Amino acid sequence: MTSTGEAVQFWVLAVIAVGGALGMVLCRKAVHSALCLAATMIALAICYMAQGAVFLGIVQIVVYTGAIMMLFLFVVMLVGVSSADSVKEVLKGQRVAAVVGGIGFGVLLCAGIANANLHAFTGVGAANEAAGGNVQGLASLIFTRYVWAFEVTGALLITAAVGAMVLTHREATEVRQSQRELAEQRVRLGTQVTPLPAPGVYARHNAVDAPGLLPDGTPAEISVNPTLRQRGQMRQLGSDLLRRMGELEQSTAGWLGRKAPKPRSGSELAHVEQRGTEQRGTGQRESEQREVESK
Amino acid sequence: MDNLIPVLVAVPLLGAALLLCGGRRLDRVGHLLGTFLAFASFGVGLALFFSMLGRSVDQRPIHDHLFTWIPVNGFQAEVGFQLDQLSMTFVLLITGVGSLIHLYSIGYMAHDEKRRRFFGYLNLFLAAMLLLVLADNYLLLYVGWEGVGLASYLLIGFWQHKPSAATAAKKAFLVNRVGDVGLSIAVMLMFTTFGTFAFTPVFADASKATQATQATLTGIGLMLLLAACGKSAQVPLQSWLGDAMEGPTPVSALIHAATMVTAGVYLITRSSAIFNQAPTAQLATVVVGAVTLLFGAIVGCAKDDIKKALAGSTMSQIGYMVLAAGLGPIGYVFAIMHLVTHGFFKAGLFLGAGSVMHGMNDEVDMRKYGGLAKYMKWTTVTFGLGYLAIIGVPPFSGFYTKDKIIEAAFGHGGTEGWILGTCAVIGAAVTAFYMTRVMLMTFFGEKRWADDADGHQPHPHESPKIMVIPMVLLAVGSVAGGFLFNWNDSFVRWLSPVTGVAEGNPPLNPTVIQILTGVVLVLGVAVAWMMYGRRPVPATPPLGSLLTRAARRDLLQDDFNHVVLVSGGSHLTRFLVYLEGKGLDGLVNGIAALVGGTSGRVRKIQNGYVRSYALSMFGGALVLAVTTLLMRAVA
Amino acid sequence: MNPVNYLYLAALLFTIGAVGVLVRRNAIVLFMCVELMLNACNLALVTFSRLHGNLDGQIIAFFTMVVAAAEVVVGLAIIVSVFRTRHSASVDDTNLMKL
Repeated sequence: MTSTGEAVQFWVLAVIAVGGALGMVLCRKAVHSALCLAATMIALAICYMAQGAVFLGIVQIVVYTGAIMMLFLFVVMLVGVSSADSVKEVLKGQRVAAVVGGIGFGVLLCAGIANANLHAFTGVGAANEAAGGNVQGLASLIFTRYVWAFEVTGALLITAAVGAMVLTHREATEVRQSQRELAEQRVRLGTQVTPLPAPGVYARHNAVDAPGLLPDGTPAEISVNPTLRQRGQMRQLGSDLLRRMGELEQSTAGWLGRKAPKPRSGSELAHVEQRGTEQRGTGQRESEQREVESK
Repeated sequence: MDNLIPVLVAVPLLGAALLLCGGRRLDRVGHLLGTFLAFASFGVGLALFFSMLGRSVDQRPIHDHLFTWIPVNGFQAEVGFQLDQLSMTFVLLITGVGSLIHLYSIGYMAHDEKRRRFFGYLNLFLAAMLLLVLADNYLLLYVGWEGVGLASYLLIGFWQHKPSAATAAKKAFLVNRVGDVGLSIAVMLMFTTFGTFAFTPVFADASKATQATQATLTGIGLMLLLAACGKSAQVPLQSWLGDAMEGPTPVSALIHAATMVTAGVYLITRSSAIFNQAPTAQLATVVVGAVTLLFGAIVGCAKDDIKKALAGSTMSQIGYMVLAAGLGPIGYVFAIMHLVTHGFFKAGLFLGAGSVMHGMNDEVDMRKYGGLAKYMKWTTVTFGLGYLAIIGVPPFSGFYTKDKIIEAAFGHGGTEGWILGTCAVIGAAVTAFYMTRVMLMTFFGEKRWADDADGHQPHPHESPKIMVIPMVLLAVGSVAGGFLFNWNDSFVRWLSPVTGVAEGNPPLNPTVIQILTGVVLVLGVAVAWMMYGRRPVPATPPLGSLLTRAARRDLLQDDFNHVVLVSGGSHLTRFLVYLEGKGLDGLVNGIAALVGGTSGRVRKIQNGYVRSYALSMFGGALVLAVTTLLMRAVA
Repeated sequence: MNPVNYLYLAALLFTIGAVGVLVRRNAIVLFMCVELMLNACNLALVTFSRLHGNLDGQIIAFFTMVVAAAEVVVGLAIIVSVFRTRHSASVDDTNLMKL
């Protein structure tokens, strides 16, 4: 039997841990999953400490949550932050079978634990005290009885590190081009000699995703980051926005003491809008295409 | 002197090797060389003959062991020669008639561009036949036997540019194979029964046969008879002989007179010790002989092709010999005697036929001959002498030998004797009929000559001397042979130490039989003269009776073979193929389809999706956990 | 409260992780699920350590963490290199092993 404090702590942590685990499985975006897992891990770390495994609890937070989960996040960012799973399941019956099998497995485990003939909990307090503390106790075990396993683990870690380097290493097959060479190449190709135009910046929002407008009011697609473009996240400038811009300019014309530009005709605006929808259409098509390819 | 025996075989064999391997260099002298070697062999044979005559009767057979061919423990295949009176007779016949045919071929094949090869094959034929008759054991005899088969194949198909010749050669070879199987089985039976194939011990063991070996001896005898049927063209393996006429005429003469077809008679006579102990095999032999002598005679009556008519005659005459050989000791001597005289007159007849063809632009249809006596005097005379000999006019050789066989047939005794004797007499009548027919249609009557395929008018003329000389010599043989052999029973005394001799007890007086034979002979000649001598012979054959039409088609032998063997075989094959396809293949394919289908379904499990595999693993783990828990619960 | 509840919690977390492995397609999330399963095991080990009153369970949990760290490093490296060549982190895209 444990103290009431521990019982309260357990139930709170258990809810957090299970909630985090479920969240990790159910979130569509990998970043959310990673954060949910981090929450579960911290809850588990506290559980460790509550059970006398202070060192493990700290290691869990520092190494697991701090290092490994950050590594996960790093890779998630590297691979594509928004690459969410599509809801559609490709494998027939996989989801149902997994859930049914999972429930069966859980019931089985719980039944096993319930039927296990467990004697009373001894508690690790005595063991910790005998060694002069949890850390000391673990250290004395690691460096005596488990020293061989410890050494092997070291070899494993080295291997893993080398393996990771080998796997992610890219062989440089050609000499890296200098800035001068790149510039010369750009001029030689002649497609875009000048720097790319900046995205449109409006006071209303952070508009890295809003394309800059060309003098005729059409959006300049190359002003938006290609990643955003590829993901179809480029903000579409609707005719409404353009009209309001025109109104703004007209209204401030007198105040600024300069000749107001001729308001655009509806047909022109419609033209712009049409191009905007076209853009969106292409973006969507591209993303669809990518999905098809990935399948 | 005695070790000259291998030389007999070696000389023509050397000739064959030289001529076949020598290449074009020998083109100009090849025929002379081949003929010279054949005569040399004959000379050696004569020398051995006189040496043998100089010895007392029990000293006459000589053995010459050359080497051990296959020395295996318990299986000793020896190469050795045995020269006794029987072998001697054959050696002289083969080399003598063979040499004359060589000589004739020089003229006959003068314009053939493959002449050298032809003489090589002829020499090979002689060598194989000599090996056959000189061997002192059945295995070596078998080698010669197969050599004869090979040489006959090569010679019958010598003009292989003619599809008919190629087919005929194949047919002869295949039909002979059937007989060869019989001989090989007989040799194997002999080895299992007696442990050896050498003549002397086999015959010694056979003659003291017990009840147990009686059945085996009958089996061996029947198998030897099958072999003899194949080589000697006896019913039911007779079908190759007529087609074998596709070969050049000297080949026909060689096959029909001196070699090949006589091999079967030799085999039966040589194995007399076995046949004497196997009455069933002897009965089969006489039945085969009687049937064949009538079969061949009937076929000979209907053929318009001069060579095929003679082929039918050969079949019939060999039938006489087989009949005589089947009669046992009362017939062996006469079988061989008839064989020798037949060798003379049949060779003469064939060479005569070849001479006629030579003069008639290779025309073989007798209905397009007629009146040739005026143009080919030598041929007419020699052919006529052969004709008188074969129908058995006294005192020509056929009279002496054939009458002896008829007497022996009657002498067999009992109902069988009557039946066999009657068959033989009828055969004699039919022989007189068809030979007279050939004679009349070819040499007498009106000219019915027709232009050949190229539009050349035939200019019948006598053949060159080199062809005439052998014909004359053979005619002399056919005239005098029978008389000489019967002089003081010389041939019987000569051969009886080997084959044994016995007196039959004919139910009729021999004189009565001779008179009877003479009457039917006159009858046959008279009928033939009525049909072909008095009336003009139509140039196109009349439809004729059912029997005539059947006989023109060789008494339907090929149709019989086709229906029974070919269609039967193909139906059997088709049935077996069907069985194999539906049964065995069905089973195999079914298993394959089962495995394939199952694999196809199982394959879908391997869909390449890692998660699917993980699910399987998870399920497996679940099953394992459940099992473990259940086991624990039970325990 | 009976400390056995920790074991139930561990079982529950393990099951959730296992189902996650089977259901999710993103390789990174899949790895996270594996990590969750490992963590559940660690919790069980720590609880067993408490049950038996010695520190061996904690030692094994410690080694588990080390191995998990190594596994994550290599696994993520694999994911990165696969992503580089196939431009996808979905495990379903790597199904070239089928017939």
